[in-house]
Order: sequence, then structure tokens, then C-alpha cells
Amino acid sequence: MNTHVKVADVTTGRESADLSRRSFLVGTAAAGLALGYSAVPGMLGADQALAAPANFDPSVWYSIAPDGIVTVTCGKADMGQHIASTMAQIICEELGANWKDMRVQLASNDPKFNDPVLGAQITGGSWSTMMNFDAMSRAGAAGRIALTDAAAAAMGVPASELVVRDSVISNPKSRKSTTFAEVVKSGKITKTFTPDELKAIKLKTADQYTMIGVSVPQLDIPSKTNGSAKYGIDVMLPGMVYGALVTPPVRYGATVKSVDDSAAKKVPGFIKAVTLDDKTGTTTGWVVAVANTYVNARKAAEALKVSYDGGPNAKLSSQSLLDEAKRLQSLDDSGLFFVKDGDTAAAFGTAAKVMEAEYTTNINIHAPLEPMTATAQQQGDIWHIYTGNQFATRSGAIAAGAAGVDPKFVVMHQMWLGGGFGRRLDADMTVPAVQAAKAVGKPVKVIYSRENDMTMDFSRPLTFQKIKAGLDGDGKLIAMNHDVVSAWPTKRWGIPDFLTPSVDKKGGLDGFTVNGADFFYTVPNHNVRAILNEMAHNATPSGQLRSVAPGWTFWAVESMVDELAHSVGKDPAQYRIDMLDGKGANAGGAQRLRNTLLAAMGMSGYGTKELPKGEGMGVACVSSQERATASWTACVAHVAVAPSGEIKVKKLTVATDVGTQVHPDNIRAQVEGAALWGLSLALYEKATLKDGGIEQTNFDTYTPLRMSQVPEVAVSVIANGDKATGVGEPAVTVIAPAIGNAIFNACGARIRSLPITAEAVKGAMKA
Amino acid sequence: MPNLNINGRNMSVEAASDTPLLWAIREQLQMTGTKFGCGAGLCGACTVHVNGEAVRSCQTSLSEVAGKKITTIEGLSAKGDHPLQKAWIAEQVPQCGYCQSGQIMQAAALLSKNANPTKEEVVEHMDGNLCRCMTYSRIQKAIMRAASEMRTASNSGTERRAT
Repeated sequence: MNTHVKVADVTTGRESADLSRRSFLVGTAAAGLALGYSAVPGMLGADQALAAPANFDPSVWYSIAPDGIVTVTCGKADMGQHIASTMAQIICEELGANWKDMRVQLASNDPKFNDPVLGAQITGGSWSTMMNFDAMSRAGAAGRIALTDAAAAAMGVPASELVVRDSVISNPKSRKSTTFAEVVKSGKITKTFTPDELKAIKLKTADQYTMIGVSVPQLDIPSKTNGSAKYGIDVMLPGMVYGALVTPPVRYGATVKSVDDSAAKKVPGFIKAVTLDDKTGTTTGWVVAVANTYVNARKAAEALKVSYDGGPNAKLSSQSLLDEAKRLQSLDDSGLFFVKDGDTAAAFGTAAKVMEAEYTTNINIHAPLEPMTATAQQQGDIWHIYTGNQFATRSGAIAAGAAGVDPKFVVMHQMWLGGGFGRRLDADMTVPAVQAAKAVGKPVKVIYSRENDMTMDFSRPLTFQKIKAGLDGDGKLIAMNHDVVSAWPTKRWGIPDFLTPSVDKKGGLDGFTVNGADFFYTVPNHNVRAILNEMAHNATPSGQLRSVAPGWTFWAVESMVDELAHSVGKDPAQYRIDMLDGKGANAGGAQRLRNTLLAAMGMSGYGTKELPKGEGMGVACVSSQERATASWTACVAHVAVAPSGEIKVKKLTVATDVGTQVHPDNIRAQVEGAALWGLSLALYEKATLKDGGIEQTNFDTYTPLRMSQVPEVAVSVIANGDKATGVGEPAVTVIAPAIGNAIFNACGARIRSLPITAEAVKGAMKA
Repeated sequence: MPNLNINGRNMSVEAASDTPLLWAIREQLQMTGTKFGCGAGLCGACTVHVNGEAVRSCQTSLSEVAGKKITTIEGLSAKGDHPLQKAWIAEQVPQCGYCQSGQIMQAAALLSKNANPTKEEVVEHMDGNLCRCMTYSRIQKAIMRAASEMRTASNSGTERRAT
């Protein structure tokens, strides 16, 4: 994590939640027992705060109904990582509830559900488990203590004599017991934990866990096998009409010159064409056709004749962005330093060998299977927005900007996300929904066509990286200059706190374009420059795509390290191990990374047998996502390369050290999904810009991995006992370099551009 | 006003006959388990059964299904306990879950004709269904588990009849 990150009041104007200053309240309310942090410390009594009618959402972190059902309200977006279930699991551990009694629901954008560490509602970075573990644990423990105290009073025994397990509070001496349900039903519980009292609660140690580390059935899964789970696209409101988009041929910067709706007016059910007036700058040149059904809205959208001024980006292509990136990289004064250790210039002067290489990645599209969608409804002063969203704090503000109201008048109703992958950190879908609803005076559900969704993605940016490396006479890496040129997705958010101060304090850089480049290898002289490609930034507004910067920084670093090892005749795995010596700031992390690399090597049989001609194994190891939040991950890829350059990935062996496993089965599912994402990005997914627009419009031309392309994936999860780290993304980042390195070992072709194509491999073989 | 036979019930929908079945199911009948993914028959999220065959409902007009028997995820089993649905839970298949109705319907069409598919047959049959979370290996395992359970059930049924 970028440790300074704390989203305060910039997006909402509301007070951010700092749980360390808040009391935790337990109180009997109309619907049972309610438990949560006080909204305004010291101003309201527990009863008042918790019994206040919740018009839009539950006002507490969890509640226990008189029938003993425990409902956890999750402030995190659940996009398939089962984070809602995980939050319930962490609470359940300390509460002592039976898993069968646990339920989850999704929170609104009320700041009381903000992440306790980040101070905002944002889901990403593989941060959620790590950053919420302590707060959820203490919330669970506080509930257990309150219930136990009440039971002790009723039984007339000291609370210390009671044992809690599976929603039952029992007294081993008297063999009497009572249930959570009975305690909740029996009367009034009011207990306040001051911040200090909450902090003083002694949490369980790992040896006492009965839930953490158990693969309990995920609470959301049954609803996802029978069609009952509700996603944003499934929202139905009384009187609702539908909006279909007409988006311009240019990704960003176009303006609408005129709209001719004469043909659209002949479509039955057509209501109105609304040209967006987006003061938030999220969209440009969008028109939404509103009709009584989605089919009619789509027909009307197709019948609209919209003419555009293509704007300043209308001539740009992927090649223009790459050329500009190379130009910027060649300038000495470009960018800001993310890492500046030692003196690389001096070290290059003494180096026995200097090598340079350039690495690129193409534009990538999130393409979650649920296209972007939002439903907007105005009721009095309040705007209700229904959508699955990863950044409710900012999205509410964008929706408010579209509506022209203060963010406090926007209620975001969270839905299950039909895939997120970072796409739903953005709020563009709220803009047409709000402005269409305003224009027609009815609730409007906007659904993007797949074509809208692909061409208007906040994509993973095109990146260009150059690495210059200096080796001493023993082949040891003594100096590295690493330049990373890209659009800056986080800068686009306009939240200064999310930028990282450069090491020489010359400005704020987008750390989410260079994370990973600050690796755990010991390299005494090391510079990393983050360089903003303004042209790409404007033409292809970029977003955070699953694994973010480490998805490209490790492509460059882990490919280059391999190149260096080969150039001095060393085994690439051993070369890495030698650099993971854990000196200085790398202590601990480097050794954990070394250990996972060794685990992956062992599992894959790396180096133990001669492979057939045309086959090779390649290694890579990463500290994704960020230095402070790393899950230590290594991969050995085994590939076969045909003389045509066609690549067959035979096996991916992934080892990852996640500290503590909350849910082992889910970790494996996430790591496997992430690894296959890495494979898909490495070989199958490529978007291109032409005439300012994204050329790929559907799954025929933008082609994520399908079942027939899935290789054998072996996952080994290591839990060394440290704090739990995230698993949704890190394994994405280790795959491409492992495959690239395996291709080199198989056929001698060094590939430096993603995605890897047979053509490029064949070309590099000849070279 | 087209009439549909859907999940064993006759329902009339207020929609033009060229309306894709997908949107009639979702909007007119408000059965939202069938999902919109691509609108072009490329992802399989909208898969339903028409006379037992898996079809892409986004590419199927109401006029094409008149008089035919349509089954959606909501009608695959009475209580969400089709062997595939049970296997999907046992293998903890879904992540985001958005594609899974389509995956299950696609798989059900396979198992209704081939109770003992090979891995290759499963892959070939399922390759048109995208899962962006990439739960593919669990989907395969769940199909094999369900197939096995269905064979066991039908075998034991045979035995009972034999005795």
C-alpha cells in the first residue's frame, strides 16, 4: 500500500471514518441486536444511534436478529472474491457464531462503512482482507463480550466462566447453556466500548482459531447457481424506463455537434434522446436514447443520427502513443523518481557490462461479463443510484456532479458485481443514468452494449519501459535505471492523496504505475522514473486493471533479470536467489520471496530433468501488489514452442505466501483465476487504438482465455503465519514474465512485448 | 402478443415478435437469472434451453420460439437442486457468478444427451461460454461430478426397478 493514502473529505465533503477515535456500540434495536461503530463519537447515545431508522441501508456493521441470524453489512464491493463472506468469516471467528447463522448484505456509500484504514469505500489493491482483519475481529469480539456479559448476568455467574461456540454460550460447570437468539430475545443489551477498550480486547491467537483457515461454504455461492443473485443489471424499479448509449468513434474528447432523432421517433416506446452534459469530464460526446424497454432503447439508439467533432485525439493510434512514450523516455528531465538509491550514473561508469532493453504492453480491456450498467432514480432531494461499484465514495460524487447536487444527496445502492477487475472503480455509468432520469422524470436503467463497454473502457494503459542495467565483473547487478512511461490512471481521479510524493519531493507521481519496480532484489544503485504519457492519458483515459502496475513493471523487471542471468551464463533462478539476500530494507520480504521461488521450483521439477526439444521452463517471482502489501508469489511456466512460433503452455506452477489463510479454498480459486488472467494478458488479449478509437468491439476481436486454452495450473499456498495478505491480483503479474522466460529457454526467442504472438516468437527465433 | 411456454408455464409477453428472447425473459417476465453479456452470441451468458437444446437467447427472436418449450436457470430444477447446481455448490465454482447461469444451462444440455462425457467433450461443448473470472477448471470438475451423480442415480434407479 502507499502508506500515506487516506482519502479524507475531497470527494464527499463528509467526515471520514477514523475508527481509532470511535466507540463501538452494542444495543438492542427494533430488529434485534445491532453492533457498529458510533457515527458521531460522543454526541449520541448508543440507543439513539442504533435505533435511528435506516431509510436506505442498515446503520451498523452487523446485527443479530431474535432468531439468532447474524447479518454482516459489507462495505467492500464483492466482484467474485467473496469478500463479503470473508468479512463475515472474520467476525464469526471472534463472535463465536455458528457459520450457518451468518448472512451478508452489501453496504451503501454511507461513510460509516468506509474502510477503516483507507478512510473511503474503495475496493482494490488486494487490500480488503489485510486492512479489515483487525477491525472485523474486534467487532466480532465486542459482540461476543456483550452477549456473554448479558448471559452471565442472567445465569448469575461470572462471564469468565462462560464458553462461546457455535452461537451457544455455555457454562461448563453447571452445564447450563443459552443461545445468541435467546440472549437477544431476552431483553435489552447496551454496551459501549471506548476506543481504548476496543483496542484492549485480546483477540484469539492462531492456535485458537476455529473459523480462520477453514474453507467454509461461501455465503454468496448458492444464489449464483440458481439465478437469484441480483446484479446491477437486474435492478427493477416501478415506472422505470431504459437507456441505451450512442458513444462516439473517438474514445475521449469528441463533442456532439447535432442529433437527428427523426428516425428514432418512429421506434415504438421511444421517449427521448439525451445528449450528456457531463461537467465531471468522465464522458465526452455521449448520447443516451431512452425508451420503454431496453430493446426499443437500443433500436432508437441505432436510429439516432449523431454528428461529432472528433476533438483533439481523433487522429491518434497506438503507434502515436508508443512514439510519444519513447520520445518522453529519451528526455533526461522527464518524469519523477519513485526510487533513487545510490548513484546509478557512477555505477554504470564502473560496470563491466551494460545492457539495455525496452518492454511494452498494449492496451487491455477489463470486459467484465456484466456490461456497465446503472439505474438512477430521483426521490425528492435524494438521488438513488443502483449499480455494482468498487469506489462508492468517489462514484457517489461523480453521480452528484452529473446531477448537479451535493454528494450528500446521493445514495449508492450496492449490488453484486458481475466482474470488477478494477473497471467498476469508475463511475461513468452513473452519468447517463442520472442525466437521462433527470430529462425524462422517471427512473432510468442504462445498460451498455458490449460495444459501448469495450470502446469506452477505462483501459489498462499502453506502457513503454526501458531498463538499463550494469553488471560488475562477477556478473552481479550493480546498477539499474528503470523508466516507466504510461498514462496515469490514479491522477485521473483528481484525488491528490492517492498520488505518491517523488523521492526527491519534486511532485506527486502515480505510484500505481510503478509499484513493483521497487522490488526486493538487492541492487545498490537503482533509479525508477515514473513518466506520464500525457497524450495517452488524454486519448485513452486509463483505469486500474486487475494487478495494476505490477502487471507491467514485473513484465520488464523479471524479463530483464532473466536476460542478465543468461548474459553471464548463470541459472536465472539461482541468479534471483542470489539477489534476494534480504539486506537492508529488503529484510524479511526478500527471504519470503526466495522461499516461494524455491517452492515453485520444487513443485515444477525445475532443472531436474532434460526437457524435449522446443520445450522450456521459465521462472519469475514478484512482490505484488505493493511493497507493504505483498503476497510473495513465484511461477515456473513450462511451455512448448513449435517451429511456427505457436506457444503451448503446458503447465503453470504457482507458489504464493499469503501470511495467514482465512479461507484456503478461496485463496486457491483466486490465485488460479489470477494466474489465468495473467496467461490471458500474456497471450490472448490485445486492444489497439486507431483514429482515436478502440478498434476491438466484442469478444470476437478482443479474446480473453476460453476453457480450451486452460493449461494445467498447480497452486501451492504458503502461510508463514504473518498477517493475511491479498490474493486477488498478485498471481496475475508473475505469469507473463515466466512464460516469456520459458519461451527463451525453449527456443532462444526473447520477447519484450505483450501480448506474445507466434509471429513475434518466430521472428525472434530467426534473429 | 406472443405466447411463450417457459419453465412449464404459458405466459404472454408484450413485445414485438422480433424481440430477442433474452430481453423478453428479463424485462417482461422479470426473470433475471439469464444474463446479457455480449449481444452477439460470443459469450454464452444468455444461454437457455429451447426444446432441450442450449441456445443463445440474445440471438433468438420470440417468433423462433413460438410453441417451443423454453427453460431458464429458474426452471432448471424446482428447488435449485439439479445435480449441476449441487455440483456447482460442492465445487464452489462461482466467483462473480455472472456467467454461471449460462454455464450451468450449457452444461445441462450436454449431460441430458451424454451422461458420461470425456474431458475433451466437456471442453468442446463449453468453449463458447466465457468466464471472465476464469473458473474454468472448477466448471469442468463440477460437470464431471454432476455427471457421475446422475449416472449413479440412474443406475440405482435401474437396480430398484430390477428388483
